[in-house]
Amino acid sequence: MRLLLFKEIKQLIKIQLNEIPLELRKQTSLHQLRAQQHPEADILIVNGFPTSEDCQLTEGDRVTMIQRGVIPDADQLEALMMARHTPGVHARIAKSRVGIAGAGGLGSNIAIALARVGVGQLVIADFDLVEPSNLNRQQYFIDQIGLPKVIALKENLQRINPYVRIETFDGRIDAQNLNQVFADVDVMVEAFDAPEQKAMLTAAHLQQSPDCPLVAASGMAGYAASNSIQTKRIRENFYLVGDQITAAKPGQGLMAPRVSIAAGHQANAVLRLLLGEPPE
Amino acid sequence: MNLHVNGENYQSDAGLTIGQLLKRLDLQAERVVLELNLNILNSTDNLNTELHEGDKLEIIQFVGGG
Repeated sequence: MRLLLFKEIKQLIKIQLNEIPLELRKQTSLHQLRAQQHPEADILIVNGFPTSEDCQLTEGDRVTMIQRGVIPDADQLEALMMARHTPGVHARIAKSRVGIAGAGGLGSNIAIALARVGVGQLVIADFDLVEPSNLNRQQYFIDQIGLPKVIALKENLQRINPYVRIETFDGRIDAQNLNQVFADVDVMVEAFDAPEQKAMLTAAHLQQSPDCPLVAASGMAGYAASNSIQTKRIRENFYLVGDQITAAKPGQGLMAPRVSIAAGHQANAVLRLLLGEPPE
Repeated sequence: MNLHVNGENYQSDAGLTIGQLLKRLDLQAERVVLELNLNILNSTDNLNTELHEGDKLEIIQFVGGG
């Protein structure tokens, strides 16, 4: 009888608290857990639902405890953001360094996706300022008009994930400075707007850094069907995203949906390369 | 002479240059990257490069937008 009682008391349930697995004594309540772990927390979320009332916790519950307005430190944020990723993915990408040439419709969207996914270092180059016409597709805000794009983008990325290291280059990229600005990147992204710049960077990168994969883009204007945008392997370490034909021109402008589809293809190609998977 | 351009047979007179070929194909040199027999070439620096029998040329064309 005494043995049985002992066993009962020792019975544990497994839950997740702020995305970290935790074993609790059965019968523990939400407020007891808060008192033990996060007495300062004023927002409690159980299995996706905010609640202020106490309740009994059960096996498999996912509990989030947050203090309103407090920014988590690097380790906490990492655990919180990366919990939704496939195990093992985060450790590999956190060590990586990705170069992005151009911070327009493609580059700003790619940078945000890679920051959210937890790429450790981003190197971003652009010579442009944020203009009102950019806001139809680029990840900037109205109060950033007139700022250099690299400054505005760095601000926005740091609001999403302050623990990504961001290097910026406010200037033009050419065949001479390419290797210097984007030194030691694991994957290079071409995200320019002008076709001459795209061709220049592609030729220069493939000649100078043949061992570093390049993900470029061509053809994402207008509103043609989404699935016409594809990721294609052109040769070893060179991938091209887009429909390869739809140029931006009067009457066929660049718009948020298709540009962000192409940017999503590019960001996913980068992620796959970093994880050792073929992008195509 | 016979060339392979973007995976297809292409017949031309001997001595055809890259610049002439791009013109015939209505392509702008500044907007393409070339792969000649697997070597990447900057097309604007190679407009006068002559092509030879059996050369394999891939032309990657970029359109504007980003």
